[in-house]
Amino acid sequence: MAGKRSIGEMIFDIFNYIFMALILFATLYPFLYIAFASFSDPYLLEAHQGFLVRPVGFSLASFKAVFGNRNILMGYRNTLIYVVLGTSLNLLMTSLGAYVLSRNGPCLKNIFTFLFVFTMFFSGGLIPFYLIVQGLKLADTMWAVILPPAVNTYNLIIMRTAFAGVPPSMEESARIDGAGDVTILFRIIIPLCMPVVAVMILFYGVYHWNAWVNASIFFQKRTLYPLQLFLREILITSNTDSMTTGASSGEREYVSQGIKYATIIVATIPILCVYPFLQRFFNKGIMIGAVKE
Amino acid sequence: MKNQKPKKSLWWDIKKYHQIYLMIIPVLLYYILFHYGPMYGAMIAFKNFSPGKGIWGSPWIGLDNFARFINGVYFERLIKNTLTINIMNLLFGFPAPILLALLFNEMRAKHFKKVVQTASYLPHFVSIMVICGMIIDFTNSKGVINDLIALLGGTRSSLMLNASLFKPIYVITDIWQEVGWNSIIFIAAMSSIDTQIYEAAVIDGAGRFKQALHVTLPGIAPTIIILLILRIGQMMNVGFEKIILLYNPTTYTTADVISSFVYREGMLNFSFSFSAAVGLFNSLINFTLILMANFFSRKFTETSLW
Repeated sequence: MAGKRSIGEMIFDIFNYIFMALILFATLYPFLYIAFASFSDPYLLEAHQGFLVRPVGFSLASFKAVFGNRNILMGYRNTLIYVVLGTSLNLLMTSLGAYVLSRNGPCLKNIFTFLFVFTMFFSGGLIPFYLIVQGLKLADTMWAVILPPAVNTYNLIIMRTAFAGVPPSMEESARIDGAGDVTILFRIIIPLCMPVVAVMILFYGVYHWNAWVNASIFFQKRTLYPLQLFLREILITSNTDSMTTGASSGEREYVSQGIKYATIIVATIPILCVYPFLQRFFNKGIMIGAVKE
Repeated sequence: MKNQKPKKSLWWDIKKYHQIYLMIIPVLLYYILFHYGPMYGAMIAFKNFSPGKGIWGSPWIGLDNFARFINGVYFERLIKNTLTINIMNLLFGFPAPILLALLFNEMRAKHFKKVVQTASYLPHFVSIMVICGMIIDFTNSKGVINDLIALLGGTRSSLMLNASLFKPIYVITDIWQEVGWNSIIFIAAMSSIDTQIYEAAVIDGAGRFKQALHVTLPGIAPTIIILLILRIGQMMNVGFEKIILLYNPTTYTTADVISSFVYREGMLNFSFSFSAAVGLFNSLINFTLILMANFFSRKFTETSLW
């Protein structure tokens, strides 16, 4: 395809690259703006208008307020617990389900597949879900955010497709050596499907990091709140009182604006840190999911 | 495993695969509790639910809740908002990642391509709370967008308080957040197109534009159709997360959709039966839509979900 390019193609190429540069700018600049604003002096920032190309003034006051806030730290801790426990349970349940659905023998397999896939297209709705979880006495325990999302059917299908691609000869030799299904799953299939497992960790981990709806409907106790619910108080309902004590009401507005920017940065940094390591799995993982059975 | 004998009893099957059936029990239990449980619970839509009597014990009232919703003052507004947001999403949000994938496909500078792609996936991973916080900040009367409007001679105003702007803001920010991520599946589909087809097209004298039109696009057509079916199945569905974070009483007229109404009625006003009825109404319409979309697609394009 590397032949001569016509004039039309060259013009197209130039516009395409300009367009891509714009996409790059439009995607990243909002985050850069927040980053610059968070390191800015809140008073100078208030007077500043238009785009930021660097912090105006320099101040760590906003970050001090955020890290001095007990809620943020508590939210961080809770979210970490939910991410670790939730993702572990997700991996266990999803691989069990995917293993069974990828077998050819059992005659009830198709019924299971139907039961699981049906839930992708029809659901009982938010209110019955709420009542059922209440009825199971999970409200105001951390299980309310860990158990209900234990299996994501879409992820289950991605994993099933990957497991089904493992050559049967691999497990046959293990079976001759006396291995049962549990051993085959954990000692043979999963080690052979590590790219998919990595993608699952990514998908489920990000889900738990970002999840807030279940927490907001099931948690009354603030000590259980994940980071996202404290973020909602700060960013959406603009409640920064707990961090601006001692400031006069005039100062408070400036300071709380800075706190919002710093909070966004603090809440997004973990994603940015793991992102470069995980992004190489994206294409691979999605491709597996894109393959229709 | 391969030479299984034809037609054996269920009991024989369970005995042979007992380990497999044991392994599925937790997963089955999960689906029964958290997916089929709520489907059973959806019967409160036909009841006058009171927490003391429970789901089964509450008295039946037939279709009263549905009648109340359909004859209610908000019915028209909710249907209209839900449909318009989805139609706007279908018109602009659906083609955008396909177009982006086609343009990515034409890029020769490998490193720049990788940089743009990687960056474009990023907003997908940022939490909706942060995204909405940014939207609210950028659109307030002192925000960046108003700085630009003032610079161009316009007057400052709080954009999120303007009901006529809610839907555009919702849809544009949705595209901004998801376009890169949604393009991955099309890029993956493109990479599985046989290169020999391109070579044949070159021999036939096709330029890059013709190749994109006659090779790439048909190559990803099945993927496009599958995603279109799924999208049509969601036609009466708008997730409430972003809506309830961005709307406020002044923008309810254009922002309130079925799911946010269910959330408000059920979780904030505690009318469980009524909001369950609204939710069930919505689920049934969506389910019908996806069945229809799948049926027509199978009939006319040979591509279908099942």
